Amino acid sequence: MTQPFRIPAAGRLDPQKVVRFTFDGKSYTGLEGDTLASALLAHGVHLVGRSFKYHRPRGILSAGAEEPNALVGIRRDEARRTPNVRATVQELYDGLTAVSQNRWPSLAFDVGAASSLAAPLLSAGFYYKTFMWPKAAWERLYEPAIRRAAGLGVAPHRPDPDRYSNRFAHCDVLIIGGGVAGLSAALAASDAGARVILADEQAVPGGTLRFEAGAVIDGMPGWEWALAAAAELRSRPNVRLLNRTTGFGYYAQNMLGLVERLTDHLATPVPDAPRERLWQVRAKRVVLATGAIERHMVFPDNDRPGIMLASAARAYLNHFGVAVGSRIAVYTAEDSAYAAAIDLRKRGVEVPAIIDLRQDPRGPHVEEARSLGIEVLAGCMVVATEGWLRLRRVCIASGEGWRRDIEADALLTCSGWTPAVHLFSQSRGRLAFDPETQRFLPGQYAQDAASVGACNGTTGLAPTVAEALKAGADAAREAGAGAGGARNIDAHSGDAWSAGFLGDAPAAGRMAFVDFQNDVTAKDIRQAVREGMRSIEHVKRFTTTGMATDQGKTSNPHGLAIAARMLGKPIPEVGLTTFRPPYTPVTFGALAGHSRGKLFEPTRRTPIHPWAESQGAVFEDVGQWKRAWYFPRSGEDMHAAVARECRTVREAAGIFDASTLGKIEVVGPDAARFLDLIYTNSWAKLGVGRCRYGIMLREDGFIYDDGVVGRLAEDRFHVTTTTGGAARVLHHMEDYLQTEFPELKVWPTSVTEQWAVIAVQGPRSRDIIAPLVEGVDISDTAMPHMSVREGRVCGVPARLFRVSFTGERGFEINVPADYGRAVWEAVWAEGQKHGACAYGTEAMHVLRAEKGFIIVGQDTDGTVTPGDAGLSWAVAKNKPDFVGIRGLRRPDLVGSGRKQLVGLKTTDRRKVLEEGAQIVADPNQPVPMKMLGHVTSSYWSENCGHSIALALVQDGRERDGERLFVPMPDGAVEVEVTATVFFDELGERLHG
Amino acid sequence: MAEIARREPALEGRACQGQGISLSPAAPASRLSLRAPEASLAGLSQALSLDLPRRPKSSATKGPRAALWLGPDEWLVIDEEEADLAAICAAVPALHSAVDISHRNVGILVSGARAEEVLNSGCPQDLSSRAFPVGAASRTVFGKAEIVLWRTGEEAFRVECWRSFSDYVFSFLEAAARETS
Repeated sequence: MTQPFRIPAAGRLDPQKVVRFTFDGKSYTGLEGDTLASALLAHGVHLVGRSFKYHRPRGILSAGAEEPNALVGIRRDEARRTPNVRATVQELYDGLTAVSQNRWPSLAFDVGAASSLAAPLLSAGFYYKTFMWPKAAWERLYEPAIRRAAGLGVAPHRPDPDRYSNRFAHCDVLIIGGGVAGLSAALAASDAGARVILADEQAVPGGTLRFEAGAVIDGMPGWEWALAAAAELRSRPNVRLLNRTTGFGYYAQNMLGLVERLTDHLATPVPDAPRERLWQVRAKRVVLATGAIERHMVFPDNDRPGIMLASAARAYLNHFGVAVGSRIAVYTAEDSAYAAAIDLRKRGVEVPAIIDLRQDPRGPHVEEARSLGIEVLAGCMVVATEGWLRLRRVCIASGEGWRRDIEADALLTCSGWTPAVHLFSQSRGRLAFDPETQRFLPGQYAQDAASVGACNGTTGLAPTVAEALKAGADAAREAGAGAGGARNIDAHSGDAWSAGFLGDAPAAGRMAFVDFQNDVTAKDIRQAVREGMRSIEHVKRFTTTGMATDQGKTSNPHGLAIAARMLGKPIPEVGLTTFRPPYTPVTFGALAGHSRGKLFEPTRRTPIHPWAESQGAVFEDVGQWKRAWYFPRSGEDMHAAVARECRTVREAAGIFDASTLGKIEVVGPDAARFLDLIYTNSWAKLGVGRCRYGIMLREDGFIYDDGVVGRLAEDRFHVTTTTGGAARVLHHMEDYLQTEFPELKVWPTSVTEQWAVIAVQGPRSRDIIAPLVEGVDISDTAMPHMSVREGRVCGVPARLFRVSFTGERGFEINVPADYGRAVWEAVWAEGQKHGACAYGTEAMHVLRAEKGFIIVGQDTDGTVTPGDAGLSWAVAKNKPDFVGIRGLRRPDLVGSGRKQLVGLKTTDRRKVLEEGAQIVADPNQPVPMKMLGHVTSSYWSENCGHSIALALVQDGRERDGERLFVPMPDGAVEVEVTATVFFDELGERLHG
Repeated sequence: MAEIARREPALEGRACQGQGISLSPAAPASRLSLRAPEASLAGLSQALSLDLPRRPKSSATKGPRAALWLGPDEWLVIDEEEADLAAICAAVPALHSAVDISHRNVGILVSGARAEEVLNSGCPQDLSSRAFPVGAASRTVFGKAEIVLWRTGEEAFRVECWRSFSDYVFSFLEAAARETS
């Protein structure tokens, strides 16, 4: 037989359905339905990994999600290499390729294991003690070395090619866990008509019924009942049953995160199927049926391959049909482990002894074990084990002093069961310690939830079913669904449970592991206490117990008990570490969902974007917008293109896509009063058809946004904002209307995207647009600078502004967005007749800087007042109120010493300063120098023939003509302080 | 005089058909952002020939025209026959603000047996018929974009979003529609 440890007729897998896979390059076979762990065990392979710190050989401990040891890499192709996959949950598929981790050169011979010899040096807290000096060496030397030595798996080096999905869902009752408790609760809740979601992490629900051989429910063997119950639930329209789905996070207001694994079990994933789906479920009621996690025994050398949890061996036997050894001993302090020994013995596996730490174990399970010829060694403990790559011998000592060795290739251990209260704790529920059973159980609930079955401390099949049925029915009723019929499920089982044991037995020596994954021993915990750690949170951080990817699922109660005993305190007084999401590791892909690549963030494009693209424009990101940056012609670099665009605008004309400009229509009889309060300027006297530049402040008096506002009617204004400020200015307005000025009859509406905006700037601008405009007299006398008209352009309704952000005669044509491109092309065609060019945001920046026009957010940074920016003229002197009026009167905003906006000219006319560079009076002063301010905008000005810059400089306006310096790595640059206007100082070009 | 410019709607030519799901851009329509206090609703309703809804998450429909409740004083009015809604409201003397947003928004029609789940890939609301029946409307989010969602039939929804977000919203819906399970 090719799978020597597969027991004929045992288990539920079909021996005909053979599946091939490889582990570390060696070919194996398994059966459909196997996990990677069960298939390896069918070949007698226990050694699957090396431990994190000491590189000790490690085997498979468990049969589930709590696995700390059997972490492997799964490789589908170059890009699909998943590290740290638990072999105990990885379903087998044909062609699966798995590799072991954390070993070199091979699993059987690992050089790193030499660190075992240095174990005394690697004791608890060694990171904190050993690598303290010199400080700089930590980053450069120690940390990289430790990371290399202690790597857990290798991250894939290519982008993840898989797709991930997201789903929001709502339900009346969400049940986490599809064991007998979860299934019962789901049946009861759905009987009542409630909308139910049941999430179970396994491929098939059933939980511990997978291995509980003696369970009988409704007259059926437990497992068959579970299959029937799942089928019934699946057939109900009000139930959604999610397999392979882990509830990993319990957040506020009954919002839970689930991750559904859709393709990791398939040999050839369906191309369009996402690999995983994140479910964000909002439930009216939650039923937690998350079961319990078996604990190992803590004894010397308890980590050898072949030593595993008793329930795991039972699952491998009863479900997968695999014996985990040929001579299997059991070491326990709990009744439930007897069932494993009994099941194995009945299948013909040799079970030499059950070593029971308790003095006098009693009950039918003890009798049955003895009757099967299994020796029960009560009051004994395991004091040592032998075997390097696989367990060979178990050394036993009795309380009376005798010692004995037993040959065994597997040792099953169980010290009891820890209720899986992770999600309950995440929900902010308070745990209560039950001194009698030495367990933390759900105490006070913080959210609308109930715990049922083993996670609630309920043991025994019948009580579990009864509790779950009631909880399901209650949850449905509380969620507002009707009352269901009173369902009864008859259930009984021969399995016995008892409280078990926490911590380590007295004999524990050096390598008695508490936490397998982080290599933390009982001795480490004691040492932490000896060195002054008193809280379990400190012990955890000092020893790293419970900090691995398994988050201490098997180890935390042991660590806590050892620390408590050492401190001489009851367990609850030592505390409990916090349970944080996720319950098991979740991929970044699942969390990102659809939000990657093109869908990572909305990319906003204007209606004119495709035209600019066809012209070879280079784009820049402005917030979420793509904006044409410049339009290079063949052979032009950015500098040449921008210089040409700037020159053309002033010589002929330029056409600019200003569609991203924020636009808000403010409508209502109190519109002018409202603008008076929002802006520093006065609006009451602005005539219909006229425009004004306005500044708005925050309450603290600093500039918030600016823009041109046009009055379309007595009660209707067309407000423009900066591109980046559009959304927040609208919210700012809504905020003040709702909280400060609710009496005003006015409403702001965003029209940013209603209008495509085509700016035509330059001496020929009027000639260009004239043939396209209908119904508006655009002569200088009829439509002077700063005016607005409604009419038609290219036959479509338009708002035409005579405004300028370049200092040239300029128009901004607003047309409904869907017409934007056609109107642009018409303007472009006219522009060609007059030598116009298209220009981008870079030229726009240069042209406005030549005129000293500020850009909010570039020349201001949230600490600049209108006075600082040289805009005092825009602050009304006799208005009783506006947002920021009190802020502006703060002594520190009106005193001297403020940084003011000035122009800078470099002595070397060709030298362009760096934006953000600091400014000093004397470049030769000692460091740290006194910094007077910084450069906010800086460009080469083709039109001026020299570089230009704007800067915020302390008392800048008083320094006109002064020489200052901008220290740079290659020497200080000399500059002269000037006014902010560099071109056409008198502003004559605006008017044509 | 100048010839009339060609209209080029966003999402022109986009469409997606999958099992149980169909996505397509809605035809151009006229739209109004209507703001008004309670006292003005009778006059505005009369002018618009429909009862402006007062209940959250609801809408009123009359022929090609619908009004979607967005807030206590806010409605989105859509006319699929492109009536001049602004002109209709301009004739109402009662206090209100009517702003033409016909081109600001883009409509996307989502229909089919999987419409609910495709929308729930990015919209966190409960879209079951019980919580979001035919006629329900709400301003909400889809992924990282703000949308107005309106259920027009058991298996039919209309998504309204701003023009420049329409490519993102449509592409996100396409990605969700592609899922085979």
